[in-house]
Amino acid sequence: MKPPPFDYHGPASLGETLRVLAEVGPHGKVLAGGQSLIPLLNMRLAAPAHLVDINRVAELDTIAAEPGGVRVGALARHAAVERSAAARAVQPLLGQALRLVAHPVIRNRGTVVGSLVHADPSAELPAVLALLGGSVRLARLGGEREVAAAEFFTGPLESAVAPGELAVSAFFPALPERSGTAFCEVARRHGDYAVAGVAAAVTLDEDFRIAAARVACVSVGPVPVVADVTEVCGPRPAASVGWDVDWDAVARAVQDRIDPEEDIHATATYRRHLTGVLVTRALKSAAHEAGHGEQGEL
Amino acid sequence: MSERREPAREHVTGVFGKRVQRREDARLITGRGRFLDDLGGNALAAAFVRSPHAHARIRDIDVAAALDVDGLVAIYTWEDLPGVLAEPLPLLIPHPALTHGRTAYPLAREVVRHVGEPVVMVVARDRYVAEDACSLIEVDYEILKPVVGVEEAAQAAHLVHEDVPGNVAAHMVQEVPAPDGRSAREAIEAAPHTLAFRLDIERSACTPLEGKGVYARWDADDESLRVYSSTQTSTSVRMAIAAKLGLPLPKVEVIAPDVGGGFGVKIVHPWPEEILVPWAARLLDREIKWTEDRREHFISSAHERAQVQYVRVGFDDDGRVLGLDVNILHDNGAYTPYGIIVPIVTSTQLLGPYKIGAYRVEFSSIYTNTVQVTPYRGAGRPQGVFCMERTMDRIAAHLGRDRTDVRAANFIQPDEFPYDQGMTFQDGRPLIYDSGDYPESLRMLKELIGWDSFPAMRDQAAAEGRRIGIGVGCYVEGTGVGPYEGGHVQVTSDGRVHVSTGLTSQGQGHETVFAQIVATELGVPFEKVSVVTGDTRRFGYAVGTFASRAAVVSGNAIALACRKVREKALRIAADALEADPRDLEITDGVVHVVGAPSASIPLSTIAVLSNPLRYAFDDETRRATQFASAPSPDRPPVSEGEEPGLEGRDYYSPIRSTFASGMHAAIVETDPLTAEIKILRYAVVHDCGKLINPMIVEGQIHGGVAQGVGGALYEKMVYDQHGQLLNASFMDFLMPYATEVPRIETTHLETPSPLNPLGVKGAGEAGVIPVSAVIAAAIEDAEGIPIDRMPISPSDLHALRLAR
Ligand SMILES: Cc1cc2nc3c(=O)[nH]c(=O)nc-3n(C[C@H](O)[C@H](O)[C@H](O)COP(=O)(O)OP(=O)(O)OC[C@H]3O[C@@H](n4cnc5c(N)ncnc54)[C@H](O)[C@@H]3O)c2cc1C
Repeated sequence: MKPPPFDYHGPASLGETLRVLAEVGPHGKVLAGGQSLIPLLNMRLAAPAHLVDINRVAELDTIAAEPGGVRVGALARHAAVERSAAARAVQPLLGQALRLVAHPVIRNRGTVVGSLVHADPSAELPAVLALLGGSVRLARLGGEREVAAAEFFTGPLESAVAPGELAVSAFFPALPERSGTAFCEVARRHGDYAVAGVAAAVTLDEDFRIAAARVACVSVGPVPVVADVTEVCGPRPAASVGWDVDWDAVARAVQDRIDPEEDIHATATYRRHLTGVLVTRALKSAAHEAGHGEQGEL
Repeated sequence: MSERREPAREHVTGVFGKRVQRREDARLITGRGRFLDDLGGNALAAAFVRSPHAHARIRDIDVAAALDVDGLVAIYTWEDLPGVLAEPLPLLIPHPALTHGRTAYPLAREVVRHVGEPVVMVVARDRYVAEDACSLIEVDYEILKPVVGVEEAAQAAHLVHEDVPGNVAAHMVQEVPAPDGRSAREAIEAAPHTLAFRLDIERSACTPLEGKGVYARWDADDESLRVYSSTQTSTSVRMAIAAKLGLPLPKVEVIAPDVGGGFGVKIVHPWPEEILVPWAARLLDREIKWTEDRREHFISSAHERAQVQYVRVGFDDDGRVLGLDVNILHDNGAYTPYGIIVPIVTSTQLLGPYKIGAYRVEFSSIYTNTVQVTPYRGAGRPQGVFCMERTMDRIAAHLGRDRTDVRAANFIQPDEFPYDQGMTFQDGRPLIYDSGDYPESLRMLKELIGWDSFPAMRDQAAAEGRRIGIGVGCYVEGTGVGPYEGGHVQVTSDGRVHVSTGLTSQGQGHETVFAQIVATELGVPFEKVSVVTGDTRRFGYAVGTFASRAAVVSGNAIALACRKVREKALRIAADALEADPRDLEITDGVVHVVGAPSASIPLSTIAVLSNPLRYAFDDETRRATQFASAPSPDRPPVSEGEEPGLEGRDYYSPIRSTFASGMHAAIVETDPLTAEIKILRYAVVHDCGKLINPMIVEGQIHGGVAQGVGGALYEKMVYDQHGQLLNASFMDFLMPYATEVPRIETTHLETPSPLNPLGVKGAGEAGVIPVSAVIAAAIEDAEGIPIDRMPISPSDLHALRLAR
């Protein structure tokens, strides 16, 4: 479990980073928090000839929370984003999801952008980006492009980042007023990648009826599976006895969209079942938050 | 039955029995531990090309491409091994029933029989380079049919070893007839109630946080070898190395440095690396180190647990077992270096605290193309206890009786000790329980967990839409097996006490516990005592640390050595003080006349007196030179029959094992929707005889229960049909984190062992033994679905719910 030989580059600026990346092209890999890449190197599952370490590029260590959303720079650690009150205020789902990402020590090193680029279908943050319709900004020597989440995740452990490109930031849009979010998952052990997990966002109208409801599911497809369930959910009025929603129908609607596989931890049947349970839990919780708890017990 | 040889002294007032802080911890938790990989910073590194196939014939090994790697030093294959080194590794524990024992070659010869079997050894400047070279070596394999799964293997469509028919390494039947002479099968036929069922336990493994490792230094001038190994037995590794390398034993030293856990896997020896690394170090006259990595540990060390059990039981209306017939298929993997200890332990310890009418147990130990199976903490007992306790629960369910009542109906009673189970134990000696109090243990457990008030708790939970269940499990554990251990205790003229014993430590706290014994036995301050374990330079005779034996066997040996030292000290002091030795006591390192504290002499002075000197180096030694003191001129300076120095050495060789016992109970909650399983409470009543240090015993229990939780809910080795281990990393082999281990509530019961001077029994393994049985029982209770197979995941539970 030692990596094969590689050339190490430690650029100190964004410009230098892009120059190195352009030079090494398909033979280079960016090293961010290293929490996914280093194990891959040690197991010799990845063998890049060049490692471009961006940890000295201070200008990438940014978290910018604006009313429209949160822009997270490539060096912002999971832990920093999780702790950022400004980010939490603009997009609470970030904090809700990050709490479920690995363990504190890994969150101290791992980066949000690295997690997106790594594109693990079981990871939380790709689901968050996909659910919110966010985007990733990719820079190359002499150019930049903004890729929408829907185009960014192209397959398991595959993203739209091309050789020579650096993901410089990711944008997580804010939600309209009277919105709520939640992330519910079941992992085998505390902090593990989820067996199944669901991110949900619900927006209520002025009468506190469900105006929009979306979920993104992890571990049940090659990329996060986003489903708009607004129609199945609503618009339902907030009855005093709870949300008058046919939750089973909602769960079924999502279960029809996913394509879980069996692995050593869970059968496909269980993952499908679990996703249904979590869809309901996450949507109820998100709706509850959207109504600031005004609607009582769900 | 033998009496305690001598009443243990001062146990009431000494540090024996106290919650003394572990003296290892300051070193270990501040990063000052010295583990194998901390040593030998300048050594060359070894790495191995290991088989990627479960079963294959080696056609050719082509090393050409690796030869150009800068920093490569040597490449070895089986062909390079000289003499006995080229022979198969030792079969450590032969047994008449092991008719077809097989062991691996240090490097594969012709055939590989599991993924991970070492084929080529590479020595290079560092581990990176060594692995680079490994990746360039091409081994041409002819793939053979892999044999995976114990039932498939038993059908023997394909063979793991060409010359082992049926893939059967061993077959053994043990029968204990009922008092009326009836066989188990007859007793079952005649019983009012009978049940038959099948149980499955998956593979798990020790997975110590530190893998194995060897570091060898050859001294060409001295023609001697020093080897550091992360082992559970340095003395035996030493003998193996001397034998395999043809070196005189005195020219080989083996030291176990700080060892980051063993749990059984490091008692197996010599591992291929343990002889190949020293061999190459001598050959190349270079220091060489090999540090096992995690993947290597998963695929090329050892696993345990996997068994299929077929159970038939006959019982009466009270749930008393009249006959029990168990047939076990035991998966021993590709080789049997540790013999058939595991299935023997399962077969014998299955009986637990019960006296059952008649018993028949049969096992077949079967080869598969998987990693070999050798003892892992508990060593076959978790499987045996799973079998017996699941049986008890089934009987209770069948009769509609309380599960604890059924157990109580079968208990051996306190006045029935010594109790002979009529079988032969793993040490070849009769399975005779020395002491215990099972009814009291159960009473304590029921009180601790609140057994009788649980139905109300369950109703309350149900009213909240929650599902909870309770389970209980009992075990008896033969501990402290022989043949022996020794202890050496020396008091030096500075008043310090140096203790050594040959067995090793893997974090148990031996430095603390043995020092407590010595401080108490000798009457010296605890701080003055230092303990060395596992260093053949200090103590050459030992067996090793396994089978919960260190406190029992080394502990008693050290106590006996202390008594020799004490006797000698009193003899010398009596002379000096002109007193009767019987009137002398030692307190705080000072010998004094009882009732006359001023008539005293410190042990440091006695150490001086015991060793008459010609040369002086300091104040202390000056007092011992020939002109400083004037012993009687008509006596030699060292009296006849005496030896210089205030030291003693003694050995303890137990007549047979001492039997610890315990009972666990758990309350679990299962999520009605997600099928997640949560342990709400975990209670332990633990009886290891006299407690030397309750805190350390509790630590052992906690660690054991944690591993048990792993075995019950998380850990399994998943092999596919090609014999590939699919989860050979900590990412997919789910060892529980601290977050998965419940708070463990522990109570101690002390029934001293009558077999040894200290009255102690082993405590190292107990925690892990009944956990799977207990958790299965609690889940079954919560769900109302029979749980016959462990571990169980939420996905498994969901599948059981669907199948209901
Ligand atoms: C024990 C453990 C448990 C974990 N559990 C979880 C979990 O539950 N959920 C979860 O989501 N994650 C989990 N992770 C992964 C963790 O979140 C990683 O930190 C994250 O996936 C990758 O981020 P990183 O900064 O460490 O990236 P790295 O490991 O440095 O890189 C990962 C990949 O992304 C590329 N990359 C990184 N940054 C950039 C960039 N700016 N531009 C272009 N390419 C880039 C790298 O080249 C590499 O291919 C776990 C990790 C561990 C070790």
